[in-house]
Amino acid sequence: MQVTMTVNGEEVTREIEGRLLLVHFLRDHLQLTGTHWGCDTSNCGTCVVRLDGEPVKSCTVLAAMAGGHEVRTVEGLEQNGELDPVQRGFIECHGLQCGFCTPGMMMTARALLDSDPDPSDEEIREAISGQICRCTGYATIVRSIRWAAAEEAGTRTTAPDTEAPAAEQPAGEEPVATTTGSAS
Amino acid sequence: MTTVAPNGNRTAFVDNDRKPNGHGRMLRKEDPRFVRGKGRYVDDLQLPGMLHLAILRSPFAHARITSVDTTLAEAHPKVRLVVTGAMLAEKGLAWMPTLSNDVQAVLATDKVRFQGQEVAFVVAEDRYAARDALELIDVEYEPLDPVIDVRGALAPDAPVIRDDLEGKNDNHVFDWETGDAALSEEVFRRADVVVSEDIVYPRVHPAPMETCGAVADFDAVDGKLTLWSTTQAPHAHRTLYAIVAGLPEHKIRVVSPDIGGGFGNKVPIYPGYVCAIVGSLLTGKPVKWMEDRAENLISTGFARDYLMRGEIAATREGKILAIRTHVLADHGAFNGVAAPVKYPAGFFGVFTGSYDLEAAYCKMTAVYTNKAPGGVAYACSFRITEAVYLVERIVDCLAHELGMDPVELRMKNFIRPEQFPYRTKTGWVYDSGNYAPTMELAKDLAGYDALRAEQAEKRARGEIMGIGVSFFTEAVGAGPRKDMDILGLGMADGCELRVHPTGKAVVRLSVQTQGQGHETTFAQIVAGELGIPPQDIEVVHGDTDQTPFGLGTYGSRSTPVSGAAAALVARKVRDKARLIASGMLEVSVADLEWDEGTFRVAGDPEASVTIQDIAMKAHGAGDLPEGIEGGLEAQICYNPENLTYPHGAYICVVDIDPGTAKVTVRRFVAVDDCGTRINPMIIEGQVHGGLTDGVGMALMEMIAFDEDGNCLSGSLMDYLIPTALEVPDWETGFTVTPSPHHPIGAKGVGESATVGSPPAIVNAVVDALAPFGVRHADMPLTPSRVWEAMQGRPEPPI
Amino acid sequence: MQVPAPFEYQRVSTVTEAVTLLDRLGDTARLVAGGHSLIPMMKLRLTNFEYLIDINELHDELGYIRSEPGPDGAPGRIRIGAMTRHRELLESDELAAAFPIFRDAERVIADPVVRNRGTLGGSLCQSDPSEDLSAVCTTLDASCVIQGLDGQRVVSMDEFHQGPYETAVGDAEILTEVRFPVRPRGSSAYEKVERRAGDWAVVSAGAGVWLDESGLVEDARVGLAAVGPNTAGIPGIADALRGQRPTEELYARAGDIAAESCSPVTDRRGSAEYKRHLARELTVRVLRRAVARATGQEV
Repeated sequence: MQVTMTVNGEEVTREIEGRLLLVHFLRDHLQLTGTHWGCDTSNCGTCVVRLDGEPVKSCTVLAAMAGGHEVRTVEGLEQNGELDPVQRGFIECHGLQCGFCTPGMMMTARALLDSDPDPSDEEIREAISGQICRCTGYATIVRSIRWAAAEEAGTRTTAPDTEAPAAEQPAGEEPVATTTGSAS
Repeated sequence: MTTVAPNGNRTAFVDNDRKPNGHGRMLRKEDPRFVRGKGRYVDDLQLPGMLHLAILRSPFAHARITSVDTTLAEAHPKVRLVVTGAMLAEKGLAWMPTLSNDVQAVLATDKVRFQGQEVAFVVAEDRYAARDALELIDVEYEPLDPVIDVRGALAPDAPVIRDDLEGKNDNHVFDWETGDAALSEEVFRRADVVVSEDIVYPRVHPAPMETCGAVADFDAVDGKLTLWSTTQAPHAHRTLYAIVAGLPEHKIRVVSPDIGGGFGNKVPIYPGYVCAIVGSLLTGKPVKWMEDRAENLISTGFARDYLMRGEIAATREGKILAIRTHVLADHGAFNGVAAPVKYPAGFFGVFTGSYDLEAAYCKMTAVYTNKAPGGVAYACSFRITEAVYLVERIVDCLAHELGMDPVELRMKNFIRPEQFPYRTKTGWVYDSGNYAPTMELAKDLAGYDALRAEQAEKRARGEIMGIGVSFFTEAVGAGPRKDMDILGLGMADGCELRVHPTGKAVVRLSVQTQGQGHETTFAQIVAGELGIPPQDIEVVHGDTDQTPFGLGTYGSRSTPVSGAAAALVARKVRDKARLIASGMLEVSVADLEWDEGTFRVAGDPEASVTIQDIAMKAHGAGDLPEGIEGGLEAQICYNPENLTYPHGAYICVVDIDPGTAKVTVRRFVAVDDCGTRINPMIIEGQVHGGLTDGVGMALMEMIAFDEDGNCLSGSLMDYLIPTALEVPDWETGFTVTPSPHHPIGAKGVGESATVGSPPAIVNAVVDALAPFGVRHADMPLTPSRVWEAMQGRPEPPI
Repeated sequence: MQVPAPFEYQRVSTVTEAVTLLDRLGDTARLVAGGHSLIPMMKLRLTNFEYLIDINELHDELGYIRSEPGPDGAPGRIRIGAMTRHRELLESDELAAAFPIFRDAERVIADPVVRNRGTLGGSLCQSDPSEDLSAVCTTLDASCVIQGLDGQRVVSMDEFHQGPYETAVGDAEILTEVRFPVRPRGSSAYEKVERRAGDWAVVSAGAGVWLDESGLVEDARVGLAAVGPNTAGIPGIADALRGQRPTEELYARAGDIAAESCSPVTDRRGSAEYKRHLARELTVRVLRRAVARATGQEV
């Protein structure tokens, strides 16, 4: 069968099998490999894309079902060479490690901020609760999304640093640990 | 001495090290591609003419294969190849060596030995057709009695699983012991207090978000095999493929591109990789195999599965004298443990923990069962997860028995700073440590005394709150080649560094990142030694054709081993640069002072050359000093003289709903000491991830089987992993006790939190349940298990 | 990765079209709405059909929450279209005002991304014994409107649920609407115990309580999930509570009845004994909260 949909603003038409999953349509037919898959049971959320604006698990949507609809993937986040604040937030706040869950997390984050520009930490955690990250422990993902919210609201002051930079460390502490030779 | 960081982020530190140029918080160099969806994972690879492979797996845990009929599958219009165990046997490829000198079937020939074992594979034009064709293969099985309960594996009438092994008539894998049995017995006999407890570390699974897979591409013209695969150890894999498949090693290139999490799951060689290679050899086309989630959970490297009896002996005043343990280890159907060969139980020998003991002893028996092989995985630092869980649980049982505060008991027994390097009663030499400040900092951050007061008030009101403590010492950075090898391959790491004429550099590593941020950290290490900005240093890894030999990333070994290699290779380059600089400045080498990227003439600050000047000179026109070759590069193979021993103190606060028995982790304070800290942002990330693993294992994760050997945890619907709603906002702090033998004092941190957090959480739950008379309960502490414990039933029915 | 076996995809845009197509294709066809239960089962090859009929375009026709007053301004009923998605049920203030149980339940059904696709009708028709919306509908004494070629029929939840994964909807029929009677001086609540967010229930309980003008219980219904068949609202509880003043003792008695009337089994989610305990504990909690809401002490 033939399917036509809009992906990241561009209309695409392909000949497909009725059973083709949207995630495979994006990855194998359109070479948009930023959308990943990680399970067979709609639990992991690495495949999240936006369908008519709403985050959905593209492993559980048939490509045919998306026919006539609008799909946005991680590849569509960057606009005119400018990273989306969500993408910048993930970089700034170490919201990713292996990067595998990241596209799905960012798509959900973008949708959340589109509907609620100032979510609480709890609302952020709830929004991403259908998506598993095995690396970060989520706290830095929450910070990343909060960073993006603050950036968009123009209220961001400094990066939510996790640790005082070396220059800010108080001087004159008593050594509690022996120091061995480093550089020099 | 202890200062709370000024940013109010509830992070504290004790650190007075001046950081070398390049060290410190730096955003990751790999992130720009990941946030754009431009990571390159194995399944992203699409090659012209590529075919897709799917594997048929056994529905039975133990059965004899009586026939395999592939006629219908071969007739499928999109199928190019169907391969059975019998076909592989004809080529001598039906069996392959495991990382523990056992053998494992690539495709079963005689019997299947666990549910999910590989039986046949199909190569087809697309992945949907490959999957369809599996249904067309007709296999007849004659079911056999399975061995599922590890306790019955050595019963005289137990079915023999490994009848493929010559003369094998039981399910015994190995016996192993460490420490001094007689001395321990004597100490236990004279101790005031002896406490023992049966402690289970259940079978769990690393379940990285990206499953395992490979693309094999054999070029028949030049005889070269390229294998893109999800491997944490590309060089070790290449050598093993050369041995298994008989291909010349220089004609094998293993590429490990971006890896979607490993956690030890991607250390072994799985039959699927070999099938992909065979598929490409036989079809002459590139062949892709990606396992699905069920395949990942039921057939690839699980972790733990230790039944431990822990015993601890102490004086009435709380001086711990000795620890003893008997362990029954479930190794599954093939002994596929990925550990140095002289360490069949991994580094479990560090079960003496952070305490100064008089004696210790462990006796372990490992057995085969009809379950998937594996055992060493999931950020376990070669079984230190099990060791730390045992000691930290049994120490808490002792505190319970003595009516002593668990922090006080630990403080009283710590190895003291002046005792380092400290040789444990099982022979491990801890390089450095200063435990009390780390414990004190955790206590301060948590507000420990106030928490105890709150708990007392809540108990009076019938509310259930618990505070759990753990203190761990890890042994990471395997390892010294005199002691440590995997299948005869020494665990030293190569590293190459080349400075280009314009002063930019490329460093080539043998280790392979799976999210740990090597592209950033290693650039920072080299930057710290050479004064070249980390942004100007390209890190190359994960491709055997482009990097020097080394054993890969697992067991938190990248920073302790390859990190040391990177620092030392940079120093080697610096030494050469110094010679060139002496020529450029026309002074003797002794008159040169190094200042983060610049050589200055002592006493003449105006006379100096930068590393960039030197790089150009090294490649440029004109003579170099006598005996100096052109170019500015070096290589090294680093052999660590000892392991490194990071430590940490963790405190967990839980609340339990008295009506539903559901556990909520309210707070978690983690203070880590991993020696010199290269990038604190990345370290914090590593710790956060490990703490989340701990919540998973302590509260929900478990690979379970029914009595027939059916795996009950074959999907992420059944194998539960924490979401953002089950974990608190982590509170972290650190102390710094550098390693004395590592060139920059770094110790490795990738697995610390996975090792240290499960006992803190379980200790918190057990502490909460003290009013119910509970002294121990086994993971995972699901609401049902906690409720059963509250009813006084320590053996949960599930 | 698991993928479904081949099937033919069809899409319909009206109920009539759907029913006509179903009539022609018989039991070789299956409707798919959100697909978050059906598609994973097809991927795991636990089920397959020759034809899959996509009814998502029926959302325009069947995605609604409508309040209808009764005669003379008396409370009437709320009608919810079968294609109304979880997210819409969660976010509807109108629904939360009439039946707070919906918001309680929808907060803990699957996860937010799945809730963007899953539908009321799909959940009921999947008829999973652990499914939460069936317990909600049981609690609220809902009735289901089933449309066939020859017209509509309306069945109670008891009639609708014919067993695990079986419903009264015939091969050539479609569930179009669920109706909820609105009665005065009542409220409702829902609570679920799960091992982890997004997991199926270990046990869930919903309660609806209606008081008379003097504050005595006029009627009470309890719906349980994951502890065996339970579609009648546990009449024993209504019998025990009717005419009584709501007290902790009364809730405890209701909890005992709930525990006795269910039939849990031991599985990976919990022991049968624990589940029975939860049936009791959660029944007490939801009755307490429903009464507090009905009397304006809690939202």
